[in-house]
Amino acid sequence: MERPLKMASNHLHFYYGDFEALHDISLEFSENQVTALIGPSGCGKSTYLRCMNRMNDLIAYSRVEGEILLDGEDIYAPSVDVVTLRSRVGMVFQKPNPFPKSIFENIAYGLKVNGVKDKSKIASRVEKSLIRAALWGEVKDRLHDSALGLSGGQQQRLCIARALAVEPEVLLMDEPCSALDPIATQKIEELIHQLKITYTIIIVTHNMQQAARVSDITAFFYIGKLIEVNDTDTLFTRPQLKQTEDYITGRFG
Amino acid sequence: MQTTRVETMVNFPPIDLTTKVEKIDQTKNRNSPPASSQMSRRQLIQKIVFVFFRGAAWVNGVALLIIIYFMVANGWRAITWTFLTQAPRDSMTKGGILPCIVGTLGLSLGAIIVAFPIGIASAIYLNEYARPGRILRLIRLGINNLAGVPSVVFGLFGLAFFCIYLKMGVSLLAGALTLGAMTLPVIIGASEEALKAVPDTYREASLGLGATKLQTIFRVVLPTALPGILTGGILGISRAAGETAPIMFTAAVFFSPRMPSSVFDEIMALPYHIYVLATAGTEIEATRPLQYGTALVLIALVLGLNLAAILWRARLRKRMQ
Amino acid sequence: MANTRQIKDRGMNVFFFCIATASITILFMISVFLFMEGLPIFKVVSVKDFIFGSYWYPTSDPPDFGIFPLIIGSVVVTILSASVSIPLGVMSAVYLAEIARVKIREIVKPIVELLAALPSVVIGFFGMVIVAPFLQNVLDIPTGLNIFNASLMLAFMSVPTICSISEDAIYSVPTNLKEASLALGATHLETIVRVVLPASISGISTAIILGMSRAIGETMVVLMVAGGAAMVPASIFDPARPMPASIAAEMAEAPFRGDHYYALFATGIVLFVFIFIFNIIAEHIAHKYRQVGEASL
Repeated sequence: MERPLKMASNHLHFYYGDFEALHDISLEFSENQVTALIGPSGCGKSTYLRCMNRMNDLIAYSRVEGEILLDGEDIYAPSVDVVTLRSRVGMVFQKPNPFPKSIFENIAYGLKVNGVKDKSKIASRVEKSLIRAALWGEVKDRLHDSALGLSGGQQQRLCIARALAVEPEVLLMDEPCSALDPIATQKIEELIHQLKITYTIIIVTHNMQQAARVSDITAFFYIGKLIEVNDTDTLFTRPQLKQTEDYITGRFG
Repeated sequence: MQTTRVETMVNFPPIDLTTKVEKIDQTKNRNSPPASSQMSRRQLIQKIVFVFFRGAAWVNGVALLIIIYFMVANGWRAITWTFLTQAPRDSMTKGGILPCIVGTLGLSLGAIIVAFPIGIASAIYLNEYARPGRILRLIRLGINNLAGVPSVVFGLFGLAFFCIYLKMGVSLLAGALTLGAMTLPVIIGASEEALKAVPDTYREASLGLGATKLQTIFRVVLPTALPGILTGGILGISRAAGETAPIMFTAAVFFSPRMPSSVFDEIMALPYHIYVLATAGTEIEATRPLQYGTALVLIALVLGLNLAAILWRARLRKRMQ
Repeated sequence: MANTRQIKDRGMNVFFFCIATASITILFMISVFLFMEGLPIFKVVSVKDFIFGSYWYPTSDPPDFGIFPLIIGSVVVTILSASVSIPLGVMSAVYLAEIARVKIREIVKPIVELLAALPSVVIGFFGMVIVAPFLQNVLDIPTGLNIFNASLMLAFMSVPTICSISEDAIYSVPTNLKEASLALGATHLETIVRVVLPASISGISTAIILGMSRAIGETMVVLMVAGGAAMVPASIFDPARPMPASIAAEMAEAPFRGDHYYALFATGIVLFVFIFIFNIIAEHIAHKYRQVGEASL
């Protein structure tokens, strides 16, 4: 079961101005594993996720302490190019956010900004990504229609395909199903199962059943702190701490 | 299990990003050129382009500074007590600009008296009563087009309608009405924005207590929006004060020996005075200091009003948050 | 009781509606009076000769009423000023909305507003007494009062319009689109060029058209700075007489309800039509390519 380590955070603190949103988080993520981050809203799980590809850089007056390692290298080191980092650590957002372009252009976007010019290569990569995201069958005849015409679930799978096209090593998913209906959610969850063969996946979810269904490891966050982390089965059946038990049994949250 | 992993992590040899990326290229069969060098080029392009963007923004500031600098540097000597409190003498080559100041104040006050009530009422209709549809779109089209009408066309309209058709002649009243029509879109725009900023919960709370729509508007919505509306009013006044073309044919004259005593009198006005002295005076070069002085007074008036409105609005916004 | 209240409410609705139509009424009356005072000229010259006639000698005997040189003057200064104001305005807008830090934004935005507030007569005066002599000396040309100078001054009048409307449009592009692009490894600049600008293109186009319409209708600057020659210019350093300048300069001397007077009103009609077309285009763009926002998700 031992898999090589892909990412890790070491004593990570995160501040919005004076407010400490994350307190001393140390956590590890192995290759080809799905890790779920759970916890009540405002517990910092999304903030933590957005630290992993430095999306929080965009927030004024925010500050990071500690380190996050990707293949052993601190992604907050001054020498690290944040653009390279983000093409290695992809992200899928809470709400589907396709560009107001065609389906094809949405997926080709990441390739184009990363300097891929060969048209046939772009086309084959678009197809491959759509197949992997289990969307190809539904859209192959209307690749050049606007992506905004797709349903919410299709849009989210498009966003996943778009992230995959860049061939990241790690995929961050920030409550990817929160805006979707149950059937669309199920499709995304099946997708996650297939994707973990290739990628390291970290998923934030407020839905404990979802965490139990899709993840290998689950980490429980509460008011900016990492409370407990364990194999998903163990965490949900034999939580070590009272707080965790209260949360997963629905006594608070 | 976890401790062993931490040890691995700590002993992980630091890897140069370049080699790492190339390794991924091989393993994942990426055919794009090595990413690292390309990344830094992209970042460099971004840096250069952003310098241009920043430069463009600062050009605005520099332009403003240059204009103000020249007006102040050449005009401040002309500003004396006599200049501000006396009428022009000797074919306008000497003396002051008091009649122009009075005329400009009269015109802008008149314009705002006309435009303010109509503007607020229009905004109330647009924001509180109107339902989306063709009529609303038509009214908006009208306002947008009115805002775009060139000032000289307002002048022609004022001349044909107020001066000739309504027989007001060249007068303060005709000028104020013309300017009022011109400032109307400014007032409507500002008032609407202020009304929009009033949270719907206020309206619901008032209506929920059994107040009528009209009571809600006058007791809850308008008082909350009032500061924003007044800011719009100030901007309207300053716009009216600075305009020249609409009053050229409707209100202003080269020279008037007397102060205006009624709204039917013709007047002198600051902007028109600058134009006349600079282009058609008897001694264009000799009266340069007077021209600069008048321009400085006009700038001080207009920019002062604007600055006041901007600062006031900034304070309002801060308080809202 | 509830009934009278309903009637009263309906009454207020009608009352406010009537006042809200004031803008349309004024617009309507502007056109009526322009046409009333302008159309009589077409008893003297044909519409074609008026618009395409190349000689504008309204006071000679017999007079020539061809405003083609005036139209060309207006079009040339507008296009030339747009070639300065569009890049400057849009780039400033991008800087303010996307790049500048909050503090700087709070300083630069009011500066742009103050620039917009400068009275046109002051800008005209500045162009006349400062810029014109400067150009004359530096470029060694016969007069600094020319198309180039006027266009430059007009550009500074339209930059604030273009900048603030574009800035609003750029600023309202949803963050999640920008994040999506950044998360795919695009740089900030690539995100601006490929995502933000395309998403806000309708607002930016509207801004540009309104900026140009401000330039074509502006009077005092072209009156004082363009040089006033009513002929088709051969170079950008030639003087010109755009339509608003002609109206403003000659109205005072034109005999009341004489042919010259009618001709100036008719020039006003042409100007009005230009602006009207600009506004219709702006309105059309704004409606057809509505801003991409949350609603479209």
